[in-house]
Amino acid sequence: MTMLPEVELPSVDMQASLGGVPMVSPVLTASGCASFGRELDPFFDLTSIGAVVTKSVQLRPRSGRATPRMAETPSGMINSIGLQGPGIDGLLADELPWLAERGVRSLVSIAGARTEDFAELAERLRGAPGVLGIEVNISCPNVESRGEVFACNPDASAAVVAAVRAAADPAHPVYAKLTPDVTDIVSVARACADAGANGLSMINTLLGLVIDPDTMRPVLGGVTGGLSGPAIRPVALRCVWQVHAALPNVPILGMGGIRTGLDALQFILAGAGAVSVGTAVFNDPSAPARIHAELADALGERGFGRLADAVGYAHRAPDEGSPGRHR
Amino acid sequence: MSQDDGATRMVSLPTGERVLPPVPGSGTGLLGQPAPPAEHPPVQGLAVVVGSRPVSAYTELTLEAPDIAEAARPGQFVAFAVGGPTSAMLLRRSIAIAGVGGGRFSVVVSAKAAGSTWLAGLRPGDEVDVVGPLGRPFPLPPPGTPALLVGGGYGAAALVGLGGLLRSRGHEVAAVVGAGDEDRLCSVEDLSAVAAPFVVTTDDGSAGRAGRVTGPVAELVSGAGVVYACGPMPMLAAVAQLATDRGVPSWVAVEESMACGVGVCMTCVLPVVGADGRSRFARSCTDGPVFAGDRVRFADVGTLPPDLLGADAMTLAHTPAGEGETP
Repeated sequence: MTMLPEVELPSVDMQASLGGVPMVSPVLTASGCASFGRELDPFFDLTSIGAVVTKSVQLRPRSGRATPRMAETPSGMINSIGLQGPGIDGLLADELPWLAERGVRSLVSIAGARTEDFAELAERLRGAPGVLGIEVNISCPNVESRGEVFACNPDASAAVVAAVRAAADPAHPVYAKLTPDVTDIVSVARACADAGANGLSMINTLLGLVIDPDTMRPVLGGVTGGLSGPAIRPVALRCVWQVHAALPNVPILGMGGIRTGLDALQFILAGAGAVSVGTAVFNDPSAPARIHAELADALGERGFGRLADAVGYAHRAPDEGSPGRHR
Repeated sequence: MSQDDGATRMVSLPTGERVLPPVPGSGTGLLGQPAPPAEHPPVQGLAVVVGSRPVSAYTELTLEAPDIAEAARPGQFVAFAVGGPTSAMLLRRSIAIAGVGGGRFSVVVSAKAAGSTWLAGLRPGDEVDVVGPLGRPFPLPPPGTPALLVGGGYGAAALVGLGGLLRSRGHEVAAVVGAGDEDRLCSVEDLSAVAAPFVVTTDDGSAGRAGRVTGPVAELVSGAGVVYACGPMPMLAAVAQLATDRGVPSWVAVEESMACGVGVCMTCVLPVVGADGRSRFARSCTDGPVFAGDRVRFADVGTLPPDLLGADAMTLAHTPAGEGETP
């Protein structure tokens, strides 16, 4: 390859899909890492990415937890925000119109304490302008009853997903967001898919803890919190790999520690049709646009003309094609 | 927000007059309004270090970044990425802008842990990714208003630009600068050049008057029409209280730990009374760092006050996800 003269790479078709709904880019923000999008407007063109994934919204406004809410960890951070947010009324009145007026598409993350809450939220989002779909956050670790995260139980996950699918706008794909903090993520993924999920978002944060050596107490006001950032990337990638292997026809929105185009490429190769960029935005607020460009280059360098051809490519049989020269 | 618990609902009196019932933390009788947002949006880019010098216990860095320097107003800050593009430290370090001029800005770095030590070790010619200017600047007082500036530790650096601006606009400026000891005093020369009277305090008496800034502040505040303060939270609380007790409006630039600096992470919140009299968890980065001193509920920082907007939603009963499920 080094003998070849340098040529301009052919442009890669980066069109992606969210449960059948086309997107101009496979790169999205991640829930809880971009607020409702507008703070990132100064840093890159929000219409150039697949969608802004909103912070999880609930039926009522929530104050969130007491501070301290975060601690830096090696190649990551741990947070316990507690889903601070304006509630569905604030989202519909202030946030979604701002995005829609600018042509920015949104994937609205919803969260609730009861199955009915999720269904009501999905119902309220019917016909909302600019909304591409719904991400069902059944896996936030920073809820009141930490041992009772929906996504830790296949039946509870399925109940929420089915209720949301029934209540949601038929045009809105419903993605279930899963936690890696389970023994068998495939069984939860399968339950969600069987219940009508149009796709799966993987992964939410891992539950973690940091203790301050000076105070000799947990750093976070919420004691435990969600670990995110590049530190969790191999775990996330493993989850995407396992679920794609078991359920190859279920679309996956991959996330967990993506910081560069090559990181995103790993998720695509493992089976994700699109990716969310989360904690990296705190380090680099223009990361989603940068990662889109880097991913396009990385695909082109490897001979891919279309993003879609690379999805799940790492699962091919050993004798199938020569690595890195797919056409 | 549209879903209140009714605590600040307007009450119609028989006379038709509408009054706000007195509730704890309500906006009635407060001296300061929320600080207005900055005129210019932030930008992100590489800044070149053009100067580094030790200033007592700190390091003063000067960086070339014309777009930031020209847009910056006193009270605003910048957020640095630390450790280079592959750094394991993902979170931005937010530091107040100490001075601007000639396309450059300066900051005072207090090297405490790995990130700030890396910053303090930058040398002329090095490049660093900076986002700025961020946050709301200090609002300026009506012409002729005498101002009192109060700085604690390296927080005094954030008042240097303000002191110069107030003087150039014809305001009388007094200043009190304090620290634990002489070595941790900051910006003494710069502030003494623009302020008279100018008082230095140290807790241990190693320089200036022995004791806290509150002694001289109590003496000088009656002659001031406005107070500006930057420093540790307990100092800000005490200074704001002294000002409020004497009917003098105050502006405080708070120090809260931030992950992103741009408003998306929701980690840097503190309880603040809004324009409508309702208390919310406000972001130090985009709603601050400058707040009216009598709107910050200093005593409640680090707690979840029950009257906060959305606090009631934090204790909702959670429906168990499944029988005996304990992840």
